[in-house]
Amino acid sequence: MNIGYLLTVITFLPTLAALGLLVMRREDHVWIRRFALTAALAEFALSLLLVPGFSADFPGYQMVERRPWITSPPIAYHLGVDGISLFLVLLTTFLTPLAMLASWKSIEKHVREFFLMLLVLETGMIGVFLALDLFLFFVFWEVMLVPMYFLIGVWGHERRVYAAFKFVLFTMAGSVLMLVAILWLYTLTGTFDLPAIQALLRSGLKPLGETPELLLFGAFFIAFAIKVPLFPLHTWLPDAHVEAPTAGSVILAGILLKMGTYGMLRFCLPLFPQAAKTLAPYIAVLAIIGILYGALVAMVQPDLKKLIAYSSVSHLGFVVLGIFAFNAISIQGAIYQMLNHGVSTGALFLLAGMLYDRRHTHLIGEFGGLATPMPVFSAFFLYICLSSLGLPMLNGFVGEFLILAGTFQTNIAWAAFAAVGVILSALYLLWAYQRAFFGGVTNEKNSALPDATARERVILATLAVVILWMGIASPMFTSRMRASTNHLLQQMEREGPANAAVPRDSSAPRTIVLPTGRAVQLPATGRTGQP
Amino acid sequence: MLPGTEDYYRLAPEILAAAFGVLILLAEPFLARERKGWLARAGVFAAAVSLAAVAVPARYPGKAFSGLIVADEFSVYVRLLVYAVALLVMLASYDYLQRDTLPIGEYYALVLFATVGMGVMASANELITVFIGLEISSISTYVLAGYRRDALRSNESAMKYFLLGSFATAFFLYGVAMVYGAVGTTFLDMLRPKIAAPGGLLVTLGLGLMFVGLAFKIAAVPFQVWTPDVYEGAPTPVTALLSTGPKAAAVAVTLRIFFTAFPDLGDAWFQLIYLSAILTMFVGNLAALVQSNVKRLLAYSSIAHVGYILVAFAARSELGIAAILFYLFAYALMKLGAFTIVAHLGGAGERRVAIADYAGLGWQQPAVAFCLSLYLLSLLGLPLTAGFVGKVYLLDAALRSDLVWLAVLAVINTFISAYYYLRVIRMMYFSEPLAEWPPVPVPITVGAVLLVTAAGILYLGIFPSHVMDWAAQAALSLR
Repeated sequence: MNIGYLLTVITFLPTLAALGLLVMRREDHVWIRRFALTAALAEFALSLLLVPGFSADFPGYQMVERRPWITSPPIAYHLGVDGISLFLVLLTTFLTPLAMLASWKSIEKHVREFFLMLLVLETGMIGVFLALDLFLFFVFWEVMLVPMYFLIGVWGHERRVYAAFKFVLFTMAGSVLMLVAILWLYTLTGTFDLPAIQALLRSGLKPLGETPELLLFGAFFIAFAIKVPLFPLHTWLPDAHVEAPTAGSVILAGILLKMGTYGMLRFCLPLFPQAAKTLAPYIAVLAIIGILYGALVAMVQPDLKKLIAYSSVSHLGFVVLGIFAFNAISIQGAIYQMLNHGVSTGALFLLAGMLYDRRHTHLIGEFGGLATPMPVFSAFFLYICLSSLGLPMLNGFVGEFLILAGTFQTNIAWAAFAAVGVILSALYLLWAYQRAFFGGVTNEKNSALPDATARERVILATLAVVILWMGIASPMFTSRMRASTNHLLQQMEREGPANAAVPRDSSAPRTIVLPTGRAVQLPATGRTGQP
Repeated sequence: MLPGTEDYYRLAPEILAAAFGVLILLAEPFLARERKGWLARAGVFAAAVSLAAVAVPARYPGKAFSGLIVADEFSVYVRLLVYAVALLVMLASYDYLQRDTLPIGEYYALVLFATVGMGVMASANELITVFIGLEISSISTYVLAGYRRDALRSNESAMKYFLLGSFATAFFLYGVAMVYGAVGTTFLDMLRPKIAAPGGLLVTLGLGLMFVGLAFKIAAVPFQVWTPDVYEGAPTPVTALLSTGPKAAAVAVTLRIFFTAFPDLGDAWFQLIYLSAILTMFVGNLAALVQSNVKRLLAYSSIAHVGYILVAFAARSELGIAAILFYLFAYALMKLGAFTIVAHLGGAGERRVAIADYAGLGWQQPAVAFCLSLYLLSLLGLPLTAGFVGKVYLLDAALRSDLVWLAVLAVINTFISAYYYLRVIRMMYFSEPLAEWPPVPVPITVGAVLLVTAAGILYLGIFPSHVMDWAAQAALSLR
């Protein structure tokens, strides 16, 4: 099977479809929706081709595409997939059509632009997961902000403008520092190519020195931690989630947050292992605080979407903990939990959105006894709550179990504290469920709510099947992650003299090579950054 | 020595533009009122011809007029930029002038003269010639700033610009005199060997005064105070010109003086530039945060961008010069585009210039709002736009000269600027259109400017290699 351009096709097909939307008539809502959905489904089908083409035993990047893009400085269009990114791409292509289906009826204003934004966003997200050039990665990372800004700001709820602003400003605060870090790394290594930088740093040919490594790690890590979001950088998340339209919340929780943890796995660990190891205890503590804090705050939320948002803080805390336990099992668990959270929390937001479509509120207090008018819907809701809180047989269990099992080997205390989060998650989810669905109908308006429609049943049934499948057939996924995870941990061991702090000799004359190829001798004067 | 043919070739664009300017002025009284539109066409034609004529000095590199003028890659690059700016400004102005019933002929002649001045600045190899170029361009732009004679703000703008600008040029001239007094020559390439030994007090003082004059022109802190008022009061197409052409030319002159004549300056100078870069970025961005008028907002943003340019200046390398040259190109495209839209939407008498007036523009005039968003995002430095690549080059140059903290401050400023750029975008898309401002049809001239600038921004943002290679060549030709 010739899959030479598969990654490019997968990355840019949504943008192509978005351009196609532009030529459609603005008022033709029905066909705009159909066209966008068809494109997203085709995208999903295409992305499934990745699985048979992917060889599970090969640890490096596969289906690599590399073409020079910008000559000065040397930047390549470099894509590739490995066991870490494979399923994240699939998650993206899986959730996007569902998000579209969920917006079928609820988006009435600027329909064409809405679907256009979703499609552009999809390109951005896939690009982030596939890019192997730091510059290219940053391009996707930043460009993706724009559609999300619009999705929240145009189609969101009452305080959408504030929430959209906060989302972008928080993310940019991190990413501008990451840009400096990327450029600094380029200055130090002479390339933007991730595998090349990785090899250079690992071989000890270009030792970073302790302080630069810590600074670089910090710049990358903060950008990713804001996205995750790691406590205490999480404050943008509840606002963004509550105000975003359903599709926006689904994508945000399902995929965007994963970009943070993905970035940690892809960049922070293999590029700056020493700094990662030094700081891991602090990060783990933050992650555990996030797990417990997120769960406790979720418990007292009167707003269903806020509850799910804080549960994300808690769940993503598990992922970060799993990553910084530096253990093959916990990292596999972390990747798996990223997928689980995407599916389960995405599903929870879809459910919240369906309730909102009926009652135009997210307040749990407004509901009560919904199981009577909406039995099918309630059953799905319970099922998905159970998946999210980690019931064995369903997907959430696998991820949390692997993370805790792996973390336990690294640090018993971490695992013990984190395990409390599992209990708390059962508490807040089931309690919220009980308040909203059990008992008699407390609010007159709820007595005649329609049960799930055919469209909604299709969405929920699809998710239910995937949840069950991921719960039972987890080896199908983890077997494809194993090689890459082990490879990642190997990458963290330096070949050269570990962290030999070789200071750069600032008194020696340095030569720089201009983009044009001309080498320039810099005078030996110590021109440091301080005035 | 009498100038030969090639001497004229090396100054061909300026000669052509000046000749056309004079012709337009001469023809003006003889044309009936309804025929004045031909003057605009002639102006655009003149700018296009001069732009094309930049190929001539590119074909005949070398010095001209006893070494007063030099046609090297640097001068060709900058001249191409300023003539392109002139062409676009002229296209963007026609509709504005008609709407406000302003005289057409003089306007086009003045823009041509201003551009001639910039061209001379870009190619001057001698300090008095620099001064002459500076004066030609300044005096024309003083008049242009006050072109709306009956508008109070426009008068204020012209007056302020004239007073402060005259001070600045006087400073510059005084500096030139001191350097001449100390060294005995004003030719840039001959200054270099003579100042190889650490210059005396006169040279330092002279250079300092020259730098003050130029810093005024490029609006670097602490000499930026005139910018917002002048930019706000001037007719918007003139603001578009002011913030791009003369600024590019002044930056070019500064680069040439610093790197051709004084390449071995002490670190103290660059520490001053370092400080000025930081202050310029912060003053521009922080002040822009609280603006409610789009023109003022863009004025402060242009101050901030001078700060970014100074970041690469402080890097003191050829890479830095190349980055600045690239950035000037990118910056001109986005600022021109943005001011063109402000001029277009402003309406007769420029009454629609508050950010709040742009409410709902995104749904009312999607194409215009898209372009404005693109310019703003490019000014902000979002990937796939020229502004991003340009900023990457600037930061890269700074980092390579070990100015890590300066680079960090620059991106912190980028972050601050996100607030005000996004505020405009938010207004355009997240609010409902106002009934008092119906959609304004886009005339073909304005449309052409928007198309060129938007396409240019995307092109430079996605395929920057060609222009950057060329900028690097130009940077190398300075030494």
